[in-house]
Amino acid sequence: MIFDFELIADSIPKMLMGIGLTFQLLFLSAILGLILAVLLLLMRISGKWYLSWPAQVHIYIFRGTPILVQIFIIYYGLPQFEFIRDSIFWPILREPFGCAILALTLNTGAYVSEILRGGVLGVDRGVLEAGAALGLSVRQKFIYLTVPIAARLSLPAYSNDFISLMKATSLASTITLVDMTGIARTIVSQTFAPYEIFISLAIIYMILTWVFQKTFGRIEKYLSRYVKPEGLA
Amino acid sequence: MTNIAPAASPETLIQMKSVNKYFGNFQALKNINLEVKKGEKIVVCGPSGSGKSTMIRCINRLEEHTDGHIIIDGNELTDKVKDINAIRREVGMVFQSFNLFPHMTILKNLMLAQRLVRKTSKAEARETAMHFLERVKIPEQADKYPVQLSGGQQQRVAIARALCMKPEIILFDEPTSALDPEMINEVLEVMTDLAKEGMTMVCVTHEMGFARSVADRVIFMDAGEIVEEAEPEDFFLNPQNERTQKFLSQILTH
Repeated sequence: MIFDFELIADSIPKMLMGIGLTFQLLFLSAILGLILAVLLLLMRISGKWYLSWPAQVHIYIFRGTPILVQIFIIYYGLPQFEFIRDSIFWPILREPFGCAILALTLNTGAYVSEILRGGVLGVDRGVLEAGAALGLSVRQKFIYLTVPIAARLSLPAYSNDFISLMKATSLASTITLVDMTGIARTIVSQTFAPYEIFISLAIIYMILTWVFQKTFGRIEKYLSRYVKPEGLA
Repeated sequence: MTNIAPAASPETLIQMKSVNKYFGNFQALKNINLEVKKGEKIVVCGPSGSGKSTMIRCINRLEEHTDGHIIIDGNELTDKVKDINAIRREVGMVFQSFNLFPHMTILKNLMLAQRLVRKTSKAEARETAMHFLERVKIPEQADKYPVQLSGGQQQRVAIARALCMKPEIILFDEPTSALDPEMINEVLEVMTDLAKEGMTMVCVTHEMGFARSVADRVIFMDAGEIVEEAEPEDFFLNPQNERTQKFLSQILTH
């Protein structure tokens, strides 16, 4: 087959018109997902079964099912219920954008809360004991010791999840949203040239991934300024 | 840090009465009775697993005793969080593994609890921190992170951090056991200075030289019990209990 470079050159700018929506989906659900993740984490480590249980159920459901299925259930399923159509959330859930944000948020929140829990469990017990011995309250130990140390420990895994989330935003195109993938699909249906278009799309996502990886790498380096470089005993 | 006549003061700071501690079915402390007066220096020794660390960790409630009474400076340790925090303000602790806050500079390590617990102003907390860093002879390390310091330096920072809270008592839990041999002395020197200034100290340590020169009393523990309690001279030259004799012969012949 012949690779149509002109078509690529034409379609890349078109696809980039969807980058704004891709970013909206990404950043909005990343921020909301992080808030949800912290809430789920606090519920899980609260030591109270009536808080920890619902959190675990949420995490199990959203890690245990495909995100595409979650998007479909929220987009096609929720409007079937009258109480949802009557609720104050209807203006959001009526729109595919709101449904996509909700699905991505619930999904990433479940994953990220597990990542953060790993970080919290990784905090050296001795450090917390030292805090306790100095008279710090449980809350003060959590805010000033656990949070900053756990944040550093969680960051590598979190950056992975963030990049997964970026790629998951492309699924929003299945519920009529015109993000980069949505535009690509439209172009393909007009030109019948899936090869060129999807490869170009893949390259755009790869460039984005590279940028985010570099950014997270810098943050990691900054947060690790107090960790001994490897090989220095 | 003010001049207190050591041992002459009648004030009792630590009182343990018939304290027992269980971990599940295992009895880690058996009927512990201990009194420490203001300004006294107590060295606790004994084989590993004898309950030394558990005992001093009960004093600031890092471990909860199962029954008996622990009274610190007139306040009994109970379940009440408020009381526990009040007691922890007065009781400093130095750990075997230093346990500095790895994400904070040395200066911030020393300022954190002053700011949060003592509610000291920033300027005052900094001044106190620098004062005690000078006392442990490493003011030039103030802006470094713990990992950039040697083990001995880190332990001196940990001592300074405890001192910043102006505690009545400092507990030492094997403060030199994790150190390379060449760093042990710099830490012991700081501890000896503290002792000379009249600080009330309870030290779990195997540094017998330190025990000899500093301790008012040496306590020997084995299998969760206080087996022998004596002044260092008597303890080393004339141990009464068979288990003490055996322990001393093991550590002193090498």
